[in-house]
Amino acid sequence: MQALTNRSRAVSRKPLTFMESLYLPAILKGMLITFSHIFKKNPTVRYPEEKRPFSPVFRGLHVLNRDEEGRENCTACGLCAVACPAEAITMEGAERMEGEEHLYREEKYAAKYEINMLRCIFCGLCEEACPKDAIYLSETFAPANFTRKGFIYGKEELLIPHPIEEPEAFAKAKGLNKEA
Amino acid sequence: MSLLQLDILLLIEKLVLIVIIVLASLGIALYTTFAERKVAAILQDRPGPERAGPLGLLQPFADGLKLVMKEEIIPGNANKALFILGPALAMTAALMTCAVIPWSSQVELFGRKIDLQIADINIGILYVFGVVSLGVYGIMIGGWASNNKFSLMAALRGASQAISYELAMGLSLIAVLMLGGSLSLKTLVDQQMAPGYLWNIAYQPLGFLIFFVCALAECNRTPFDLPEAESELNFGYHQEYSSMKLGFYLFSEYVNMIMSSAVMACLFFGGYDIPFLDEKTLPVNLAAVLGLGALLTKIVLFLFLFMWIRWTIPRFRYDQLMNLGWKKLIPLALVNMLLTGIFILMKQEGTWQTITGFFK
Repeated sequence: MQALTNRSRAVSRKPLTFMESLYLPAILKGMLITFSHIFKKNPTVRYPEEKRPFSPVFRGLHVLNRDEEGRENCTACGLCAVACPAEAITMEGAERMEGEEHLYREEKYAAKYEINMLRCIFCGLCEEACPKDAIYLSETFAPANFTRKGFIYGKEELLIPHPIEEPEAFAKAKGLNKEA
Repeated sequence: MSLLQLDILLLIEKLVLIVIIVLASLGIALYTTFAERKVAAILQDRPGPERAGPLGLLQPFADGLKLVMKEEIIPGNANKALFILGPALAMTAALMTCAVIPWSSQVELFGRKIDLQIADINIGILYVFGVVSLGVYGIMIGGWASNNKFSLMAALRGASQAISYELAMGLSLIAVLMLGGSLSLKTLVDQQMAPGYLWNIAYQPLGFLIFFVCALAECNRTPFDLPEAESELNFGYHQEYSSMKLGFYLFSEYVNMIMSSAVMACLFFGGYDIPFLDEKTLPVNLAAVLGLGALLTKIVLFLFLFMWIRWTIPRFRYDQLMNLGWKKLIPLALVNMLLTGIFILMKQEGTWQTITGFFK
């Protein structure tokens, strides 16, 4: 019979010899192998205290970006929602009023911006689609939650901290101090 | 009259000893479950339980609490009384063994010489065997009372395993008893302690090997842990059990392990004997404490061996199990017994007389 792969090996169905049927030599050999594992380093990462480092291109939770003056970048153009293969993003646009220039960078902004983290596949296509550099994927992942509703993240959860009012939190969210 | 007079102090002494030894065995068994998980983890390059309490030392209590809080299920058509009796019997049988094990030599307290053994009965090892066989009833009753054909078949499997290996165990033991000339565990230990005598393992390596393999089978430990084979053989006689009743079955396994380690230490490794040291030169109490330490060390080493084996080798198929028991261990044990007998005879009667004696 022709073998299906070049890695296949014939199974030996020879009856055990007397020494083999004693089992003891094989058992001793096995026990030495397990014993040698006592001295091996274990690779466990004790999660909450210790975190595995992520690569710089890790795609985690989304962040809605602000510019240096703390104005939201998003203009609710909807390109991210169109690009999203999981249809996780919903938004509602609104027009910027007189006197709101310090809040929003452009004339239009997202009044409501929601991402369903249960639908999201963290592919990063929204990040690529965004023309305003308003959304990007950070290095954290969604924490556990008790309800499904809790996984629908609104603007409060997604918006990056204000760069002037909370510069430290902003730097942390941007991952700036990691570079330094 | 003096025969009928009750020695109240003796009674108190024994009762205190019973309470201490039973509680201590339960405590050790509790931590054996923890040690098992820890040893498994270390052998598999994992950290093991370490969250409950410092270094995870409260883990056994957390496990126990979890088992107690689980819902207690008694199957609808099960025989309720027997269903409850099963685990109780398994646990009792496991604990009863500790009555005859000589934990150490005598201590002197309040001017009394106290034996650190609950009862030095002259049929000690036979008693152990009797009680261990009672454990089979725990298995059978549990499996039968569940009113589930799989439980029943698993119980038959477990019981036949226990009975088959008890045979080889008993036969390998006879050789030791021929050397010692006594059934009392204390006498056997004292004999190995006597100057000029080595531990029995030196005279009976094959006997020890057979005894050890059979002890593994008796305790339902790997590679004979068929009751635990959930996926390939269905769970075993405790399939229908839940909550603390299941806990009792699992826990009795650990108590059994400790007791069989203690018996093995007494029979083959000199019990509370400290190697290369004459206990007679020490003060009585110190010798007793050190002896207890020596016995506990031997028990711990055996327990580690049990665990080491468990996390190394896969389990036997049922027919292989029976083949090993009946076709290999029993004949080997018989040969061992015969050879021991011949050697003892040669020592007593002289080599020539023994050989000619065969042809008379």
